[in-house]
Amino acid sequence: MATIRIPPVLRAAVGGQREISATGTSVGEVLRSVVDEHPDTQTQLFNADGALNRYVNVYLNDEDVRVLDGLDTAVGDGDTLVILPAMAGGR
Amino acid sequence: MSPSGAEVLRQIKSRIEEVDPSDVHELRRAGAVVIDVRQDDERAAGHIPGAHHVPKSHLETRIESVVPDKSAHVILYCASGVRSAWAARTLIDDLGYERVSSMTGGFTLWKDRGHEVEVPRVMSAEQRERYSRHLLLNEVGAEGQQKLLDAKVLLLGAGGLGSPAALYLAAAGVGTLGIVDDDVVDLSNLQRQVIHNSERVGVAKVDSAEQTINALNPDVRVVKHRLRLGSENIMEILAGYDVVVDGLDNFPTRYLLNDASVRLRIPVVSAAILGFDGQLSVFKPYEGPCYRCLFPVPPPAELAPSCGANGVLGVLPGTMGLLQATEVIKLILDVGSPAIGRLLMYDALGATMDEVKIRRDPDCPICSRDPDEIGDEEMGVFPDYEAFCAGVH
Repeated sequence: MATIRIPPVLRAAVGGQREISATGTSVGEVLRSVVDEHPDTQTQLFNADGALNRYVNVYLNDEDVRVLDGLDTAVGDGDTLVILPAMAGGR
Repeated sequence: MSPSGAEVLRQIKSRIEEVDPSDVHELRRAGAVVIDVRQDDERAAGHIPGAHHVPKSHLETRIESVVPDKSAHVILYCASGVRSAWAARTLIDDLGYERVSSMTGGFTLWKDRGHEVEVPRVMSAEQRERYSRHLLLNEVGAEGQQKLLDAKVLLLGAGGLGSPAALYLAAAGVGTLGIVDDDVVDLSNLQRQVIHNSERVGVAKVDSAEQTINALNPDVRVVKHRLRLGSENIMEILAGYDVVVDGLDNFPTRYLLNDASVRLRIPVVSAAILGFDGQLSVFKPYEGPCYRCLFPVPPPAELAPSCGANGVLGVLPGTMGLLQATEVIKLILDVGSPAIGRLLMYDALGATMDEVKIRRDPDCPICSRDPDEIGDEEMGVFPDYEAFCAGVH
């Protein structure tokens, strides 16, 4: 099981949790498990073609999966995925 | 009978390496570190440019933070070459430095030979008192404080993030603080925007911030920009500032700021807040990634909470704004490891601070190019710029 950190804007879609667990051996599989469990995250994470939305960054531990193997990046037990959409609040 | 002081000095000088002032430049190029061991008042009258200052009376306690590497070549100088010889003995015998030299004839001979002398600007007695806790830090000291006094920092917004950042930068003695804000103080701001107060509800934020800063530190000049940043004015406003503090509340202006700061090569200390969560990073053009490398496109309106009113824990912008102020001071002083190429994520509820790496995007539409190639018409633009957040504020 990998741990997934949920950003504030996605928390409503996962019942308010800040961190959840999901199964899968790759980043894509883990994120799809998240979507299976919490269908409201589907459109926020993936576009119509099933690719990760460009405005959502995903990190395996502290590394951007875009510089690894993207959705094919292998995920092991104990790894943490960080989902990070941009935030702009300053006020 | 104990030997006389003159005899001991002769013995010390026979044991240590003495270097002539004319050799110092070349030794420095080879890596030698030059240390001025004179007292504060002597140094204030002039010193060798770039020499570190460790008064002989503080040598044992301070030298290791200035020269941590004990195998480094250290050249000490005083006024005439006597105190520096004694100090050299201390470094070698008591502290284990391997190669310590004393400069023959000291600063007097250096000056007489016509070598370059730097005369530091002198702080007033009041300034020395005001900044005394900075002056005690090796990482700041009189020279660092002067850098702060000479620095020009632009704060985008005198709101949640800008308020604490402005207060502490002013307290630290940052000499010029520009503030961009077109808003007036609202009662609902006061839960977190601590630079304003109840009596100033309805007052322009730039004026309110100026009053607070003036009352806190008269050394600080406040430059007020009561306007909204746009592509038509951003280049002109940013030019001349050393660092920008981004406390903006919307995406279009963040992209605009990014593009302008890359063109002008001005580092941006950026933070964002929402609820109980904060993010922070330093975008230093061409040394690290830019905002577009991190977020190539903004999120759609439903995922861009800045587009509407959202809750925020009042303390949170204080925490994040002060992290920004800290990064600003580090950039000005050139100390430590600024958060360049890293995004810090603070979770106030969990009391955790995590970070992820941000890579420069070799295909970044902005920072992969020469700044002179980026045109006015490209700034702040991305494919669906108009569509993503109609009611931006």
